[in-house]
Formats: sequence, structure tokens, C-alpha cells
Amino acid sequence: MTFAQPVEVDLPAGDEDIRPDRPWLVIVWNDPVNLMSYVTYVFQKLFGYPRDKATKLMLDVHHKGKAVVSSGPRERAELDVSRLHEHGLWATMQQSD
Amino acid sequence: MALKTRFGRDRHGRFQVRLSAQERELLAGLPSQVLELLAAEDPSTRRLFPTAYPDDPKAEREYRSLVGESLLEHHRQALDTLAESVTADVLEAGELEQWMGALEVLRLVLGTQLQVTEDMTDIDPDDPRAAGFALYAYLSMVQDDLVEALASELPKGGKE
Repeated sequence: MTFAQPVEVDLPAGDEDIRPDRPWLVIVWNDPVNLMSYVTYVFQKLFGYPRDKATKLMLDVHHKGKAVVSSGPRERAELDVSRLHEHGLWATMQQSD
Repeated sequence: MALKTRFGRDRHGRFQVRLSAQERELLAGLPSQVLELLAAEDPSTRRLFPTAYPDDPKAEREYRSLVGESLLEHHRQALDTLAESVTADVLEAGELEQWMGALEVLRLVLGTQLQVTEDMTDIDPDDPRAAGFALYAYLSMVQDDLVEALASELPKGGKE
């Protein structure tokens, strides 16, 4: 499982604000501990997703290794990541390309 | 194994806890062990504090300083609630949530210690980790029952 790594370049401080319209993606990664039922429950509870959508996202995480579970402004994404971390899920965030 | 789920919702919206004395004794001993590991910042607790910004060390440091303490407190509180209410016969939904969080913490730490993988079907009984795997499997069943009980509390529709 791989995904494209951004090329490292020297950017001025605050570079993330140059294109504020690019949303931040909240990504949940597969891990061997979390139960499928638990992951589905967490997606329903935290994001208010219906069971079908939560199940589909969980299966994406399970089979594809990861899934984008929410997106939005940086502050919103960071809040989502912290709530996922409170629930033990392996979540990261990155700005969309 | 009991046919009924371990956590049955009653008509008052509370949950009946159907655990044997042996199960409660087992569960009672675990939170303090993990609290000690947390206090010692033991490597087996690292999975409780995932990286938010894997490609940006500066943003990660800021995230860690912002949420690290409350994340630790969140995990501690779940373990404390389990330890304090492990003998209860009836739990409120909020307490059951804390139990589920505690089981999550216990499984993440034990799973890290045991280096579990997704394919754990063939455990050699002579493996020195066999007892740990048995405990891990038991905790997985309890957490699954907690999820089933709490999922019944979710709003039916949800939003798109």
C-alpha cells in the first residue's frame, strides 16, 4: 500500500494558507486491532453517518487500507482527527492535492 | 458461553451487566496495569497517541501540544470508569461508552504488546503469548458486545 508523497520544498512560514480553498482530508488507516463493528459504530456516532455509509467506509479502510472519512477546513479536520484519536482509530490529515 | 449478550438494554434505557464474578475479577485488574504503563510512557501505549500530521513535524508538534494532554486524560478517564464500576449490575449509556473506550485502550495496548496481526486464526498453544492472545480474544468479545449494545442507541436515520 502506497500513496503519493509530496515533494519536499522550502516554503515560507504559513505556506498552508496560500491556497486556503484546498480542503483538508481526514484519513483513517487500517490497523489489526480495531473491530469492524467498532469502526462502523465510531463513524456513525462521530459523523452522524447512516449505517450503510459508515459500513462502506469501514470496508474501504479494511480492504483498501485507508478511507477519507471527512473533509473541510483545517480546524474542522483537526477536530475530527482528535475525536477519532480519542476513539483509538489511526487517523491522519493532509491537504487535498 | 452465555447466549444472551453481556449488556442488555432494559426498558428504562439502562443496561444490565451480565458478567460472571470471574469475568469481573479479570477486568478489574487490567485498568491499573495500563494506567501504570501510561504514566511511564511505555512504548506499548504509543498506539493510543497516533500521529495526525505524518508529513509535517512542525504541525505534529503543535497538534501534540494542543491535544496530547486531553487525549491522555480521555483514555485515563475511561480506564478509571471501568475500574470503579466493574462490579455494577446496571450501567447508564454514558458509563457503557466509557467501558467501550476502556476496552479499546486495553486492546490497543495488549495488541501492541502481542504484535497482533489481522490473521490470528492459528495460535500455537505452546506459544508463550498464548495466554495473552486468549485474553485479547476475550476482550474483543466484550468490546463487540458493548458496540452492539450502544449501536442500538444510535439514531436510526443518520445524515448523509
